[in-house]
Amino acid sequence: MPNQLIFMSVIYLLISISIIVAVFFFLAFVRAVKTGQYDDDYTPSVRMLFDDELIKKECDENIQITENHLKP
Amino acid sequence: MWAVKTEKFMEVKNCFHCGLDLQKEDQIVFDEKVFCCNGCKTVYEIFSQNDMICYYDFEKSPGATPLDISGKYDFLDNESIVAKLLEFQEDSAAIVSLNIPHIHCSSCIWILENLQKLQEGISTSQVNFPQKKVRITYNPEVVSLKKIVHLLSSIGYEPYISLENYETGKNNVDRSLTYKLGLAFFCFGNIMLLSFPEYFEVKEFWLDTYKPFFRWLIFALSLPSFLYSASGYYVSAYKSIKSGLLNIDIPIALGIIIFFIRSTFDIIMDYGSGFFDSLTGLIFFMLLGKMFQIKTYSFLSFERDFKSYFPIAITRINTDFSEESVPIYDVEKGNRLLIRNQELIPVDGILISDKAEIDYSFVTGEAIPIAKKSGDKLFAGGKQIGKVIEMEVLHSVSQSYLTQLWSNDVFQKNVEQKHKSITDKVSHYFTPILLLIAFAGFGYWIFIDANIAFNVFTAVLIVACPCALALTAPFTMGNVLRILGKKKFYLKNALVIEQLAQVDTIVFDKTGTITTNKKSNISYEGITLSEDDLLVLKNVLRASNHPLSRMLYDFLPECKRILINDFEEITGKGIQAIVDGILIKVGSAEFVSKNEENNIQQTSVHIKINETYFGKYIFNNQYREGLAALFKELSHTYQIKVLSGDNEGERTSLEAILPKSTELIFNQKPEQKLEFIKKLQQNGQNVMMVGDGLNDAGALAQSNIGISISENVNVFSPACDAILDANEFNKMNYFLKLSKKSITTIKMSFALSILYNIVGLSFAITGNLQPLVAAIIMPLSTVTIVSFVTIASNFYAKRLN
Repeated sequence: MPNQLIFMSVIYLLISISIIVAVFFFLAFVRAVKTGQYDDDYTPSVRMLFDDELIKKECDENIQITENHLKP
Repeated sequence: MWAVKTEKFMEVKNCFHCGLDLQKEDQIVFDEKVFCCNGCKTVYEIFSQNDMICYYDFEKSPGATPLDISGKYDFLDNESIVAKLLEFQEDSAAIVSLNIPHIHCSSCIWILENLQKLQEGISTSQVNFPQKKVRITYNPEVVSLKKIVHLLSSIGYEPYISLENYETGKNNVDRSLTYKLGLAFFCFGNIMLLSFPEYFEVKEFWLDTYKPFFRWLIFALSLPSFLYSASGYYVSAYKSIKSGLLNIDIPIALGIIIFFIRSTFDIIMDYGSGFFDSLTGLIFFMLLGKMFQIKTYSFLSFERDFKSYFPIAITRINTDFSEESVPIYDVEKGNRLLIRNQELIPVDGILISDKAEIDYSFVTGEAIPIAKKSGDKLFAGGKQIGKVIEMEVLHSVSQSYLTQLWSNDVFQKNVEQKHKSITDKVSHYFTPILLLIAFAGFGYWIFIDANIAFNVFTAVLIVACPCALALTAPFTMGNVLRILGKKKFYLKNALVIEQLAQVDTIVFDKTGTITTNKKSNISYEGITLSEDDLLVLKNVLRASNHPLSRMLYDFLPECKRILINDFEEITGKGIQAIVDGILIKVGSAEFVSKNEENNIQQTSVHIKINETYFGKYIFNNQYREGLAALFKELSHTYQIKVLSGDNEGERTSLEAILPKSTELIFNQKPEQKLEFIKKLQQNGQNVMMVGDGLNDAGALAQSNIGISISENVNVFSPACDAILDANEFNKMNYFLKLSKKSITTIKMSFALSILYNIVGLSFAITGNLQPLVAAIIMPLSTVTIVSFVTIASNFYAKRLN
C-alpha cells in the first residue's frame, strides 16, 4: 500500500497537466469566438457544398489544352 | 459533371438569368439560352467566359438584371469617403464590408465568394448570409473600391452604400452569451470528470487521501461558471428587486446561490463532496435554453423580413417613358416613380416635378400638407395631395421602416389583449408564490433530512418555469404571421390575429373589393370624344387612384403625356382638372350636374369638358371569383354587409349571388360609411372592414380591423391593419378560422405549461426531484412548448385548408 501511495502522488502532476491542456483548448475557443466564427452559423452550411477545386483543375486543363492548340 | 446544364426545350418562358417573364420581341438568344434583355445576357457572358457557369447550378434563375450605374459611384474616388467605408486599410491590403440586398440564395453565396476569379486584385471574399453582407479583402494598389463596386453592379449584385450608416461607427456584436455558454460547458464537463472518484463511493485508501485535492480543484473550477456564466441572472434579479418588481430570474439566481453556498459549506466541513457538478450542469443547461430561445427568435424575424415581402407596388417610369407597376422591393436608386393623388411615397427621393404638396401625417402626425418644389427631398411615408408627381429614388427603404411606420402608435387601435393580460397577471404572482412554496418545502423537510431540504428548495426554484407562459404567445403569433404571410395575407403585427378571432361582423366595400379591376366591360355612350379630348381625359385619369379611374385609364388607348394644372379629386364625387385652359370634369352624374333621366342605374363615369356634357362610360362590374361561395361560408358565422358608394343599379345582381342575410346599402359617401361602422360598434358589434384603402381610409381606421385588398397597384394606407392580395380574396374564411385556432393553440399551451409546472412542483416538494434533473427539465419544457405551438399552428394551417 505505501508504495502505491508514493507513486500515486504523481497524480498531482497529471491532473495539473490535463487541466492546463484543457485550458489551452478553452483559450482557443475564446479566440475563435472573438474572431467572429460563431456570428454566422448559416452560411458555412451552404459554403461547404461548393466544389471549388474541381473547377480550378478543369479550368487549368482547359487553358493548357487551348494553349497547346494555339501553339504552332 | 460541371458542364453547363441545358434546359430541355419545353416552353421556356422565363429569362435564364433572372427568371422574369419574357417578351417575345425583346428576347435575346445566346448560347442556346433565352434572356430577357442585354443586361442579363452580359452577366451570363461574363460568367461563361470565366468558367463560372456553376452560378446557375444551385438555383434556377438566381440573377438580377444589372442596372446602369455610370456616374453613380463617382463619390468613391474621394479618399476620405473610402477611408470611412473600409474596415481595414494598409498599403497592400484593404478590407471592406458591403451590404448587398440581392443576396437571397446559394448561387449568390457562390458567386460572391468567387469574386477573385472575376477581378484581379481581390484576394478573398466571405458572405454573411443572414446579414446580406460580403466582406472583400483586396489589394488597393491593384484595384480600387470603385472598380469593385462597378464589378458587383455589373453582375447584378449592386451594393447598398449608405454613408449615414458608417458615421455612427461599427456596432459591436454582443458575444457574451457564447462566451458564458462555452465557459459553463468547460467547467461542467471537467468537474464531472474530476468527480469520478467520488461517484464510485468505494472505500479506497488513496481516494480518501486525495479527496481534498479533487474537491478543492472542483471548487476552483466551479468559480468561473458560478461568477461569470451565471452573472446574467444575478444582474437581472438585482435590477428587478431594485425596481420593486419580482421577475422570474430571482428564483433562479436564489437557487444557484443557495446551491453554491451549501456545496461549499459541505466540503469545508467535510459533510460530503458538495454538488458542484449539479450546479455547473444547471448553469449550463439554462444558458443553453436561453441561447436556443434567441436563435429561434432571430430565425423567425429573419424569415419575416426575408421571405414575406410587402405587397406594395409602385408605378415606375422606365427610361423609355413607359410606366409599369413594380413591387416595392424592386425599386432601386435612380428610378423614377410616379406618385398619384393620395398615394404613399414608399422611398426617400427627390422631387422632379415642379411642385408637390406632401402630407406627412403618417410620419409626424401633422395633417397640414407641406409644399415642396423641384429638387427638394421627399421622405418615405408621406402622402401626395393633388396632382400626379414624379420623383427620383434616393435609396430604397428597407421593409422594416415601412413596417415600423405601419405599427406607429398613431394607428394603434384599442385591442383587448386577453392573453397578454393573463400572462401579466400570472407573472405578477408567479415569483412570490414560488418563493413561498420553496421556503415552505424547505421548512418542512429541514426537520426530517437537511440534505433533502436543500435539494427540495433548489429543485422547486429551478423546475417551475414560467418561460412556457412567456414564450407561448410570441411563438404562436410569430408562426401564424409567417404562415399567413406566405399565403399573401400580411398583418401589421401579432395583435391583429387576436382581433381577427373576435370579429363578428364583416363589412365589404363594393368597388375594387368584391369587384375586380382586372376584367371589366367598359362601354361608352354619348358624343364621341376627339383624339385631343381622349388625350386630355387619359392624362387626367392618370393622376387619380380611384378603382374606376384606374380601370378607365387602362381601357383607353396609349397616348403621350401632357401637363395637367389644378388637379383636384373630390372623394365620392369625381375628379377635375384644367388642361390648356380647358376645364374637364370626370365623375358621378351629380358632379357633372347631369340629370339622370334614365331609371336604369349602372356604374358609370360621366365626362364634361368646358361645360359641355359629352357622355358616360358604363362599367359592367365583374365580381371576383369565388365571391358567392365565400359569402355563403361566411354567413354561417358572421353578419355580412356590403357598403357601396355606387348607385342601386347592382342590387338585383348582387342579391342573386349573395346569401339572403347580407345587407346591401348603396349611395354611401365615405363619411356615411364611417358612421355606419360606428353605429354597429355602438351596438356592441366587433366590425371588420374590407376595402380598397383609398376611399375607405376613414372607415378602415374606425373599424376594429381594416383590411385593404391589394390588386396590381396598391394604395397603401397605414390606417389598415392587414393587406390581402386580391388573388387570395376567396380564402378569407380560412384566414379567419386560422386566427381563431391560433387563440385556441395559445390556450392549450397555457394549460399544458400549467400542468407541467404542477407536476414538476409536486415531484420537487416530495423530495423526488434532483436539482440536476430539474435543470435538464427546464430547457426541455421550453423546447416542448415551442415545438407544440409550432406543430399545432402548422397542423391547423394544413387541416383547415
